[in-house]
Amino acid sequence: MKKILSLLLSIVCIVTLFTACSEKSSAEVYFLNFKPESADVYKEIAQKYEQETGVKVKVVTAAANTYEQTLKSEIAKSSAPTIFQVNGPIGYESWKDYCLNIEDTDFAKLLSDQSLAIKGSDDGVYAVPYVVEGYGIIYNDAIMKKYFALSNRATSITAADQIKNYQTLKAVVEDMTARKAELGIKGVFASTSLSSGEDWRWQTHLLNVPLYYEFRASEDYNDPTIAGLNAKEIAFRYSNNYRNLFDLYTNNSISEKGILGSKSTSDSMAEFALGQVAMVQNGNWAWSQIKDVKGNTVKEDDIKFLPLYTGINGEEKQGLCIGTENYFAINKNASKESQQKSLDFLNWLFTSKTGKDYVTNKLDFITPFNSFTEQELPSDPLAREVVRYMNDDTLETVPWIFTSFPSDVFKTEVGGSLLEYVQGNKKFEDVEQKVKSMWKSERK
Amino acid sequence: MKYASKRWFIIFVVPTFAAFAIAFLIPFLSGLYLSFCEFRTVSDAKFVGLKNYLSAFSDNGDFLNALWFTVKFSFAAVIVINVIAFLLAVLLTRGIRGTNLFRTVFFMPNLIGGIVLGYIWQLIINGVLYNYGYSITSSATFGYWGLVILSSWQMIGYMMIIYIAGIQNIPTAILEAARVDGASPFRTLRSIVIPSVMPSITICLFLTITNSFKLFDQNLALTAGAPSKQTQMLALDIYNTFYGRVGYEGVGQAKAVVFFVLVAIVALLQLYLTRRREVEN
Repeated sequence: MKKILSLLLSIVCIVTLFTACSEKSSAEVYFLNFKPESADVYKEIAQKYEQETGVKVKVVTAAANTYEQTLKSEIAKSSAPTIFQVNGPIGYESWKDYCLNIEDTDFAKLLSDQSLAIKGSDDGVYAVPYVVEGYGIIYNDAIMKKYFALSNRATSITAADQIKNYQTLKAVVEDMTARKAELGIKGVFASTSLSSGEDWRWQTHLLNVPLYYEFRASEDYNDPTIAGLNAKEIAFRYSNNYRNLFDLYTNNSISEKGILGSKSTSDSMAEFALGQVAMVQNGNWAWSQIKDVKGNTVKEDDIKFLPLYTGINGEEKQGLCIGTENYFAINKNASKESQQKSLDFLNWLFTSKTGKDYVTNKLDFITPFNSFTEQELPSDPLAREVVRYMNDDTLETVPWIFTSFPSDVFKTEVGGSLLEYVQGNKKFEDVEQKVKSMWKSERK
Repeated sequence: MKYASKRWFIIFVVPTFAAFAIAFLIPFLSGLYLSFCEFRTVSDAKFVGLKNYLSAFSDNGDFLNALWFTVKFSFAAVIVINVIAFLLAVLLTRGIRGTNLFRTVFFMPNLIGGIVLGYIWQLIINGVLYNYGYSITSSATFGYWGLVILSSWQMIGYMMIIYIAGIQNIPTAILEAARVDGASPFRTLRSIVIPSVMPSITICLFLTITNSFKLFDQNLALTAGAPSKQTQMLALDIYNTFYGRVGYEGVGQAKAVVFFVLVAIVALLQLYLTRRREVEN
């Protein structure tokens, strides 16, 4: 009797050991979210969707800058994400074995411009962009007005929106730095955050501008992104223009150069929100970061965009950098049923009344989908500015050609050399060399 | 009796062995296999032979740089930790007032996780360096000493406890005999205390060497390798190769295997060398 009992007990032990390993998740739609700033909203959306349809949506958000890592370990699991994100053509290349062809789905057909989708070698649609974003220099017009009201200022223009090129920007910024005590600011630009993982505003976004002009001049390709994707090597012809704006940021910054290596993007956004600085380079997604800062002094009507002027000829007509690096893909290896359920969820999100309300008012997305009318645009001031720039026919939008940058390693290496340049351990020529050599070695 | 124990053997060993296999043996062997494969996620591996090992060493200098930095770090950390821990142990076995309080205080940092410690020390070090217009990423030297200070702070307490246990184990008769014979405190330390705590020294050296080589969270939280990977240690380099670089998963895995072999060799060598000097009481 005793023997049987202990035998039973040990069997129970072993069985629990094994069942613990094969635990099944009940969610059939699993969305691995890329945007940490929208994590809470997606949770809410998932709850709402479950209330309306009874389908459970599991939302997991990867921490900032760890999406690729998270995806890599999640997708190997038996309950892998059914909806995940790729960041453009390069991202698609590394995940193409996991992307489902969604050419004939309602969701893919929502795109108002089919050419925006990522197509595979068989011309099928494998990833669909879901948000259009823009970035430039965000400025606080209240501080700018204060500056332009000064009688002893050294510049002749009378409002921030008259800044149309690098020369004017530089003159204004440097004069503002000289008078920062009168303006009540600690610096013109927020910290040029260069701590690890926080340098994407410079090694990706700012670098987009000089390389866009280089690829645009390509004789072989009309589309600068495609020219970039096919470029085995780059000349980095506009490196001095890149340096112009980067130096302007660090020379007129709130922080000393030596400590930039420990600053993060949220540090810079907080400095801007608290009114300590007048300008910061970032995109319209940053609105949530600005408005949620405790003690925020920036009024909604005062927050405006300037294009990234670097001193390139003809930049008076340059607009914001507008594009997308956010594409949804459906996991090819998921069951047919959950693939369909995932597509249904996305369809609901971007076509139903409730879903669209979340998209425009909570996620603050400008979408590329035809299910949204022109009135259904986010109400946040930065998104409105992006729309204003998009609709201004006199300006030329700079597309996001950085989706053609060869790899993440390219970006981190460039970021690392920027940090060493700022700290004075390297010359700008070394940064220039790094950009060129890393492009060549990473593009195989 | 023999018959019974054979039957019970299965019942008692199987659960433990299964746990060991699932949590250690199987991952280890599949990791070994994966180091010879090209793969994106661990479930879609394709065999490619020794290619990964070749590119681990030849692709860029990262791995060798990280190795050299790790060796430099371990060298300093092992000496600093063990010397200070031993001195503290000697001090705290003299029966001075508040001995227990001090032992607790010195041991406490060990109870805090590496990531948290990393961020705490990053704040402290930056707080000091900011005054001079620097931060911890300004130069690799700052990061290097930052890491040494951080890991000393964390590990000294633990090693101190081991040394204290060793010193307390020395028979008082021998110490008394030495005193009667008129041996100076330094002489006692050199000829009696140190030889008697050789087993503790073996353990402490083993722990500090392997821990210094394997250091990861502290490195990630304190500098994350900045500036330009100059303060990147082996474990962090492996992590970055595996996760940060598409198509290099296998190379990361190969680096991990090389790393394992290296740590094993260093640890075994050290065990062999210090064991020889141990004396029986």
